[in-house]
Amino acid sequence: MLAPTLVVLATFYFYPLLVAVYYSLHAWDLLTPARYVGLDNYRALLAGGALADVLLATLRVSLTAVLGSTLLGLLLALAVNRPGRLAAFVRSSVFSAYVVSWVSVGLLWLWLLDADAGAVSALFRMLGFGTAGVLARPESAPYALGLVVVWKVAGYAMVLFLGGLQSIPPSVVEAATLDGASRLDRFFHVTLPLLAPTLAFVTTTSLILTFQAFDVVRVMTQGGPVRSTTVFVYSIYEQMFMDLRVGRASAEAVVFFVILLGLTGLELWAFRRRGAV
Amino acid sequence: MKARPLSVPGGIGLSLVALVWLAPYAWMVLTSLKSLPEIVAAPLSPFPSTLRLDAYRAAFQSMPLARYVWNTSVMAFGIAALQLLLALPAGYALAKLRFKGRGVAFGLVLATLLVPAQVRFVPTFGLFAELRLTNTFTALVLPFAVSALGTFLVRQALMSVPDALLEAARIDGAGEWTIVYRILPPLLVPTLISLFLFSFVFHWNDYFWPLVMTTDDRVRTLPLGVALLREQGTGVRWHIVMAGNVILSAPVLAIFALAQKRLLHAITASTS
Repeated sequence: MLAPTLVVLATFYFYPLLVAVYYSLHAWDLLTPARYVGLDNYRALLAGGALADVLLATLRVSLTAVLGSTLLGLLLALAVNRPGRLAAFVRSSVFSAYVVSWVSVGLLWLWLLDADAGAVSALFRMLGFGTAGVLARPESAPYALGLVVVWKVAGYAMVLFLGGLQSIPPSVVEAATLDGASRLDRFFHVTLPLLAPTLAFVTTTSLILTFQAFDVVRVMTQGGPVRSTTVFVYSIYEQMFMDLRVGRASAEAVVFFVILLGLTGLELWAFRRRGAV
Repeated sequence: MKARPLSVPGGIGLSLVALVWLAPYAWMVLTSLKSLPEIVAAPLSPFPSTLRLDAYRAAFQSMPLARYVWNTSVMAFGIAALQLLLALPAGYALAKLRFKGRGVAFGLVLATLLVPAQVRFVPTFGLFAELRLTNTFTALVLPFAVSALGTFLVRQALMSVPDALLEAARIDGAGEWTIVYRILPPLLVPTLISLFLFSFVFHWNDYFWPLVMTTDDRVRTLPLGVALLREQGTGVRWHIVMAGNVILSAPVLAIFALAQKRLLHAITASTS
């Protein structure tokens, strides 16, 4: 009964991992025979600061996305955590962006932010801010990209926070009210501490999710300008299909996998904490 | 938390929030109905002077979009169906059968969540290239035949199915495969629908895997085509790009509107 599943797992999950490690020790361009080079690929990644640049770009995009979507998701959850049709409608609207493809969202925002005729650019121009070219400047591009990701994934954070809010017993909040706590006090001293495990969970899962971003980068910035949005997966893709350096791409994929493992460890830790409360 | 009745400013505020998410979709549709001169002349005027479907016609003329829609549907349907077919026996074995190594097997299934496609694609591409299988549906579908989430959800749902029911089926002469494919599916309808929709939408949307595995129009999928609409030709013809984007996102939004609860069930389970 389990055999077909295990065969697929072995072929497409565990075997590729081993092969990735094997490739990473070789120089191979897919055309000529592979040549063993030891740890050279890893050394090359570290040497030119290439890996550091990629990690920095990934962190800029990811942290903007995670901080923004977590904060916004929490605020939205507090706002729509009520019965009624309007609140349900708002919940669905916000969450819909999470279901639509990254390609759709990327193209949509590329158009809205278009310097010449984009609606959002035009709107900001009218209000006196120059947003034209936020994606064209290396100082702003990773953050602009991060904000687009916020728009896409805030609904995910909102849904998880709603789950967290609904698991808080009403009696706890009522007791605080009876004790004379103000609304802000209740939020910061009762609701927020009780949401802490959900908060940890939302941030770690969003971090893992946004670390894997590729589609939106490929569609919106192609890693530029000046490599400012060359995030991990985009860089691996580039090494593989533009430079035909399978070994280098594999070495980077192995490093990426180890980082994801670390983040997952963080997630499990957060999950334990959620279970404990 | 106790819900307070919504005040008028509160209601307006909430409506504005919805607008931040809905207005971009509306803009996408409106843009797709305009002409290029209109778009450039007045970036902020919402409505086209006359309703025209030229952009859609141009999108279909400039690339084999119908072919892409068909390819995407076949791929997404194939993956979703295969995942159900494999998750049923695997979930059954993990929930109801006693054998050595069950815990290890379950651990292996869950461990696949740690190995995303973004890590697997380099060696998998190498494998398929050696077998001359890039540019085939095999390369698009087979690597996703197993869904850890699917196996997990089927297993969870089966935990609450009483053993006595399965015992009764066995006494009536049902073999194990009959149980898996005849007796279980009717009991698991909500879970199976959730899974199918989740998987279909996920792979309908997927850009990364088809991008790295295909170069040939015969197997390329819709997200690739729509993204290409922007890259081709001189100057970006946004009305055509948005027409493509409507074709890409409308089915997903429709599924979401009709089956929001089912999708949410799978999405929240997929992360916890």
